[in-house]
Amino acid sequence: MLEITSIKKGIVIDHIKPGMGLKIFEYLKLDKADYTVAFIMNASSKKYGRKDIIKIENTLDIDLNVLGFLDPNITVNIIENEKIIDKIKLAMPEYVEDIIKCKNPRCITTVEREITHRFKLVDEQNATYKCVYCDHIYKWE
Amino acid sequence: MLKGRSLVDPEDFTLEELESIFELTKKIIENEKDFNDICHGKILATLFYEPSTRTRFSFEAAMLRLGGQVIGFSEPGSSSVAKGESLADTLRTVGAYADIIAMRHPNEGAPIHGLKYCPVPLINAGDGGHQHPTQTLTDLFTILDAHKRLNNLTIGCCGDLKFGRTVHSLLKAMSRYENVDFVLISPHELQIPDYLKEDLKRKNIKFQEEERLENVIDKLDVLYMTRVQKERFFNEADYVRLKDSYILDLEKLKNAKENLAILHPLPRVNEIKIEVDDDKRAWYFKQVKNGMFVRMGLIIKLLGVR
Ligand SMILES: [Zn+2]
Repeated sequence: MLEITSIKKGIVIDHIKPGMGLKIFEYLKLDKADYTVAFIMNASSKKYGRKDIIKIENTLDIDLNVLGFLDPNITVNIIENEKIIDKIKLAMPEYVEDIIKCKNPRCITTVEREITHRFKLVDEQNATYKCVYCDHIYKWE
Repeated sequence: MLKGRSLVDPEDFTLEELESIFELTKKIIENEKDFNDICHGKILATLFYEPSTRTRFSFEAAMLRLGGQVIGFSEPGSSSVAKGESLADTLRTVGAYADIIAMRHPNEGAPIHGLKYCPVPLINAGDGGHQHPTQTLTDLFTILDAHKRLNNLTIGCCGDLKFGRTVHSLLKAMSRYENVDFVLISPHELQIPDYLKEDLKRKNIKFQEEERLENVIDKLDVLYMTRVQKERFFNEADYVRLKDSYILDLEKLKNAKENLAILHPLPRVNEIKIEVDDDKRAWYFKQVKNGMFVRMGLIIKLLGVR
């Protein structure tokens, strides 16, 4: 496996389903980050066979809600002095804002400017979210 | 307390709050002149982003009969909305002039968004195919008017149950009352959507699906008729086989209960024969009038003028 230098202080987002890493990269807006970020695709994993990993140096301010929404099986490790000092267990957030957009073509969010795209968790088992405006169920592609 | 509140979804109000609106509505009907000045000095704005003359008239007549006044537009082309003003800004602006706003909007969820910016009570007068809570209040009040109760009823809904927004809202609203069960009469392809079926099952509400009205009409306390459009059928053969099942006439009514209440959100085309209009079980024109009285009750409650 390709070795990426371990980080001194920061966050390691591990066990990302292969292919999902790039999405998370985008949702967390890491492309605009001014700190060091390593993005590893298709690392070998006991759990999935393959996985993606994101390592972020020197910042602890990440929207974990987004990760829980995308995949609650992702593990988030907080690193200090090159050691894992905390493992964060993700949960599906009750609400997600400005991550996904409603696909109902008649929804108010499709026409109104500066509106918060807001979804509510309605069924945890099936990871079902609905638009708080028009009640449409969000369908994953 | 309903003073200062808004009505976006029929479930925004508790059963007790609904009851208080219906009680007041009854008083208005019994003694209309006691109320004809109660909103003196108050202004209702009707913001109709799509035309719906009936609903707008119902709101405006309600306010005028309470002694209030009305401003508004009946299509956005004639207002600043046409110049690209956001919904948020329109509501903030109009809310500075009016004491209460009734809004019809083609986009679903528009009133939920609007609530954040509207400084006065906002009434959803229909948002796309989503909700139309004052129609639901009208339907509930008419059932109450006919049967003197909202529990222990068998309610038949007939016609296009897939796309019929009023039926969806009625099912949700009536399933909050005890021992209400439903008979859903429609062609197979126009049954209620799956999410609603799941919803009824989750709440342990009894419902039966049936293709033909004549098979079940004898069981019903309420019959809510809607129109089935020919183009909604998947094939011509089904249309020919079933079309007469969704047309109510005196022949079918022979087997119905004496105190059946026939409702229809109107406008009607041919799904209820004109011969039925004089039957005492026809409640749909009374329902229209009830709609105005219920809106009077609602306006009074939200303004807190009583
Ligand atoms: Zn939506």
